[in-house]
Amino acid sequence: MSQVLHTPPPRQATVDDDLATLAARHGLAVSGARPSLPEYVRQLWARRHFIVAFSTAKLTSQYSQAKLGQVWQVMTPLLNAAVYYLIFGVLLDSKRDVPDYIPFLVTGVFIWTFTQSSIMSGTRAISGNQGLVRALHFPRAALPISFALQQLQQLLFSMAALVVILLCFGVPIAFSWLLVVPALVLQFTFNAGVSMILARVGAKTPDISQLMPFLLRTWMYLSGVMWSIDRLTRQHDLPHPVIVMLKLNPPAVYIDLMRYALIDSFHAHQLPPHVWAAATGWALIAGVGGFIYFWKAEETYGRG
Amino acid sequence: MADTTNSANDAIPTVIVDSVDIVYRVNGTGAGRGTATAALNRILRRKQAEKAAGVRKVHAVKKVSFIAYKGEAIGLIGSNGSGKSTLLKAVAGLLPVESGHIYTHGQPSLLGVNAALMNDLTGERNVYLGGLAMGMSREQVKARYDEIVDFSGINEKGDFITLPMRTYSSGMAARLRFSIAAAKDHDVLLIDEALATGDRSFQKRSEARIRELRKEAGTVFLVSHSNKSIRDTCDRVLWLERGELRMDGPTEDVLKEYEAFTGDRSPKPKAAPKPPQQGRPDPEDTKVALPSS
Repeated sequence: MSQVLHTPPPRQATVDDDLATLAARHGLAVSGARPSLPEYVRQLWARRHFIVAFSTAKLTSQYSQAKLGQVWQVMTPLLNAAVYYLIFGVLLDSKRDVPDYIPFLVTGVFIWTFTQSSIMSGTRAISGNQGLVRALHFPRAALPISFALQQLQQLLFSMAALVVILLCFGVPIAFSWLLVVPALVLQFTFNAGVSMILARVGAKTPDISQLMPFLLRTWMYLSGVMWSIDRLTRQHDLPHPVIVMLKLNPPAVYIDLMRYALIDSFHAHQLPPHVWAAATGWALIAGVGGFIYFWKAEETYGRG
Repeated sequence: MADTTNSANDAIPTVIVDSVDIVYRVNGTGAGRGTATAALNRILRRKQAEKAAGVRKVHAVKKVSFIAYKGEAIGLIGSNGSGKSTLLKAVAGLLPVESGHIYTHGQPSLLGVNAALMNDLTGERNVYLGGLAMGMSREQVKARYDEIVDFSGINEKGDFITLPMRTYSSGMAARLRFSIAAAKDHDVLLIDEALATGDRSFQKRSEARIRELRKEAGTVFLVSHSNKSIRDTCDRVLWLERGELRMDGPTEDVLKEYEAFTGDRSPKPKAAPKPPQQGRPDPEDTKVALPSS
């Protein structure tokens, strides 16, 4: 009945051909093959509820052991803003140059944090969730997107805190506040795209997550989070390419858009040229490019 | 072997594994022991000297071939580290193969949602999260919700489903995980040691559920160290040893050889007296701690 296979079966060579044709005859597909791009998008759309549920679950489980619970969602960004105010507003006194410095600073910090934490969590989206990747089937892009969505939800809590700060410092409510919505949509797309690029890099080379904090901190200081790029470029005689690069740096674009939308003393002439085109362009380049780049390695995630 | 080769003509194959090799690469081991020079060496010399540079290859599965047919329940046995779970993950398409091919009918799924669940969330939210993670729609989870909770028996001792999962005993958590995982119907179902959880009554229920799933599913694979659950559920057994397929045949034949090989039981397992099976709890049972009622 049965045979003990101490040696490879003698029919090995012929069996190989047989198995492939047998598989083809019965319409069996190669397990774990990468789906086509439209099919991949369809699968991802089918998992949209999982993406939302996963990000919300991550968000709520974050503070579930704390006594104050979800209050920390608002407290953490507020404390962050307080620290930056202490250093840049009080000790270094950067506020002389900028009107409404506190709203200016807090908006910058919150919007920057959104991009920074999306990228950081994106870097670990695959490498930090190998268990999930090796246990369940789903389009892997669901992970970095889900983490970016978690950061977006986190930002919405911060925005609630921001509104309170703005009103406290006498910034009037204006119709321009509605611009927050398209600005956030574009920034989210940009963040998700960059997350997907780094998720693929991080899946192959986990070391990158050790490097990212330093890169991100450098990027933060270049992005005008605590200082005004517009003022710097007008006060100092910088070469033109440097000015363009500083102004069209994606986080700077999104931060300035948000400041323009929320703060009445931040005027349109302080914005980079063609700001909406730049914001949309970055979102499309990162979003579409990142998605395709991530999909190209879909079948390799999980190898460890 | 005779029955499986005969059935090749009339039965429908659901999984074809064609001389598959699976290799894990582990960074920071071997000669260099993860020192900075070894790491630098690895970066500089990339492919040529993977081994010299401290990347160790673990050849987990070696040239394994078999065909599984619709309606079969196949057990995978072998000592620890023989490549059973690795092979299962490769069949599920979750682990890339080094060489060879795996063809499957539909999408084989691994029974298990552990990785998707979060200990800080309530059991209730985990049911939803797990269901969605397995690819069920929100409506499907909603429709099955009561069934899942009832099956797990979590609420038998009070309203536990609304508590965070970290407050559950290990047995309760395992029961909920199995109940969520078993809620979905699968084409090809892969089970990794899932039967060894929960108390005796839950084990009976889960065995019944596995049989149900097996009827609905095309093919079932079961990895287990419990020869009893292999005997109860499987009609064909693959025996892996050191990544090689050592034997493939009807359950009794293979288990007889396997037990002789491991030497932990008498060669005639059916002759083992009945009383111990009922009176003495299996080792798996004893580690389950349920809250006292």
